[in-house]
Amino acid sequence: MRISRSTVFATALGMAVAAGFMTQAVADEFPSKDVQYVIPFGPGGESDISARLQQKYFEEITGEQLVIQYMPGGGGAVAWSQLSDMPADGHAIMGSNMPHIILKPMDKDVGFATEGIKNFYYFHYSPDAIIVRNDSPFETLDDLIQAADDAPGTVTFSGSGTYSANDVAHTRFQQLADVTTTYIPFKGTGAAVTALLGGQVQAEWGYTTVAANHQDKLRMLAVAAEERHPMFPDVPTFKELGYDMVGGAYRGMAVPEGTPVEIQQRLSDIFQQINQNPAFQQKMQDLGFVLIDVPLEEMPEFMAEQRRVYEETARELGLID
Amino acid sequence: MEILTYALGALSPVNLGLAVIGVASGIIIGALPGLSATMAVAVLVPVTFGMAPESALIMLGAIYTGAIYGGSYSAILVNTPGTPSAIATTFDGFPMAKRGDGDLAVTLSTLASVAGGLIGVLALLTLAPLLAQVALSFGPVEYFWLAIFGLTLISALSEGSTLKGFIGAGFGLLLSTIGVAVVGGDTRYTFGSQVLLGGIETVSALIGLYCIPVLIDLVATPEAHLKVDAEQRGIRLREGLGLAWLGKFNLFRSASIGTLVAILPGAGGSIASLVSYSEARRASRQPQTFGKGNPQGVLATEAANNATVGGGFIPTLVLGIPGTPPDAVILGALLVQGFRTGPELFTTNASITYTFIAGLFLATCLLLPLGLFIGRYAFKSIITIPKALLVPTIAFMTVIGTYAIRNSISDVVIMLTLGVAGWLLNRYGFRPSPIVLGLILGPIAEQGFVQGFLMGRASGAMFTTFFGGPISLTIIALSVVSVFYPIVKERLARRRGDPGSLGSHKEASS
Repeated sequence: MRISRSTVFATALGMAVAAGFMTQAVADEFPSKDVQYVIPFGPGGESDISARLQQKYFEEITGEQLVIQYMPGGGGAVAWSQLSDMPADGHAIMGSNMPHIILKPMDKDVGFATEGIKNFYYFHYSPDAIIVRNDSPFETLDDLIQAADDAPGTVTFSGSGTYSANDVAHTRFQQLADVTTTYIPFKGTGAAVTALLGGQVQAEWGYTTVAANHQDKLRMLAVAAEERHPMFPDVPTFKELGYDMVGGAYRGMAVPEGTPVEIQQRLSDIFQQINQNPAFQQKMQDLGFVLIDVPLEEMPEFMAEQRRVYEETARELGLID
Repeated sequence: MEILTYALGALSPVNLGLAVIGVASGIIIGALPGLSATMAVAVLVPVTFGMAPESALIMLGAIYTGAIYGGSYSAILVNTPGTPSAIATTFDGFPMAKRGDGDLAVTLSTLASVAGGLIGVLALLTLAPLLAQVALSFGPVEYFWLAIFGLTLISALSEGSTLKGFIGAGFGLLLSTIGVAVVGGDTRYTFGSQVLLGGIETVSALIGLYCIPVLIDLVATPEAHLKVDAEQRGIRLREGLGLAWLGKFNLFRSASIGTLVAILPGAGGSIASLVSYSEARRASRQPQTFGKGNPQGVLATEAANNATVGGGFIPTLVLGIPGTPPDAVILGALLVQGFRTGPELFTTNASITYTFIAGLFLATCLLLPLGLFIGRYAFKSIITIPKALLVPTIAFMTVIGTYAIRNSISDVVIMLTLGVAGWLLNRYGFRPSPIVLGLILGPIAEQGFVQGFLMGRASGAMFTTFFGGPISLTIIALSVVSVFYPIVKERLARRRGDPGSLGSHKEASS
């Protein structure tokens, strides 16, 4: 059967226009039902807690429920490798975590590519921090660097996982401060902080959130944020101390490839509105998080910058040549 | 006492109603193979956001307590532990059910769960800050040795050949290495497949290795699933109470072990019931009847695993380190409610803390009437449903349950594969328990070893890192005893010419 090229073209054009109108209409009434929010980790972690805080406000704004589900495994890889199979109508969104989505696919096939995860909004991060026990001999970051200089490799840090935000922070800091320390990976932040509390390690690469949860026993030497955290006005940033280090575990949301741009824009707007809610801001701050605001239109630039930073560290870690 | 005020608050009609609903729905969710306590709690969390904080806390505690207890139904009636902590319940519970004592086993499990649960909560209320320090004295090296100790329990627990027990454990250890390693980040034994990337999920392995062989046997043999006595004997409460009274020391010991071991985050829950089971067997005058339907075996494991509820909350509430996965979910909900862990626990936070503990108390007490009531129906339905309906129903539940753990079809494929493999291995005398133990303890041992190695290298004292601490040495000694005890005992028995205890190692019950 022969169909002229122009017919095909005209049909395609017609469908595209129709689809355009339809998606516009759909975007106006989006969401029309509950939205599934898949967390690529187990329940109880920071990704879960911050999503739980968004839940209530999502319902206030849209009138529809945000249903949280968990798909843990492979440090997030199990979920992200299934993102492309999820419905691309905006009613299925997935938590997106940095540096995970950049580092995971770098050296091996984990079933997804960084480009395949269509981030529409990044809403906060947990800044990296060096944490010690209250009774630690390290009063300042300089004390710790001095000890590491005197006996390279003897200062031990616990942290969550290998090629994780903690591992990356450790490697970057070694480079910036020109010291050698030992990083010991644990399964999750909970196990890492247990090792610190129990005196198994001398320090931990953790987050401000960890310090916020254990204020009575732990203190931070420095925080990898742009400015001091309002909860910890006495703790200096790495930048103040002369190390150009800002980073941590960034969290946002993504949709499958092929989700209409109008829908992505609407989702971005909804979650931006949640981020602007003062009650939400206060709760996030009390838990030690730092809010950021990266909507859809700024995403390409944000991702490019993060990739540049993490590729540099990945080279140092030996993940890529 | 202050707790009384909060306990009275917990008794308001609304809260009492919520507790009843929580316990009942927890029991039902926990009883379905594959639907775990973690899932029950996670589903409920968003519902509780709309409630008053105290009601929310009471309901969370109730559903958790109910779900842990409910897991014993599937362990007893269909040989499928819903959670790792119910593994040992299958050892004696299922043989009891097979010979027609399923109703008694369910009643015993109820009594033991209430007793164990109350002791665990009592420890949480009175000794929490003290016991939390114990959790901190366990470092990577101690966890490594603890996992090794857990593996040596195989020699004490395995029916049939000890050697086959160890081979099974080796197989389980290998299975545990599949997927992305936590320490080191390497991808191992996935053969390029996405299916294996996330590793083998413990609960889906439990369902596959325990439940699928039962289903295959049900289809392959003409006999009824469970033997049914002609006369209906109700819940056999009097008989159960009598046995519980006989085993009161067993109950207390098991609950204490459950509470203490559960304090160790990550490892506690699954090891606690195994340790108390092997202790009950060791202390018994008829150790050879364990594994063949000894009521004391059910009492020991069920007292221990409900004690882990209170025990697991000790590090969760005092240190902010969740002891078990459901604890993690509840801690998340507490944080959202404005709770802070630490020394304010019993001062500024007292109202939240005491309400929560009072809720756990209430839920544990409610287990008795609700458990006996629901348990009776669970038992009745299992024995009255015709086999042609029972098999597809359980098969359907295993698939749904496995899928629901992390919304992954890969887990279902793995579960079915392991199920068929487990059935074949069972025919050659390899039991599922050593394999599952290997799978659970493998990562704990591996991570502990690598972390200890890194610590030893940093401090330049490898030997003292692994063999220096008093806790490590104690656990090593226990492991040695645990491996050689059966061998020495067998020797002694042979010398005395006592065929009774000799038979327990030769004979395999299925």
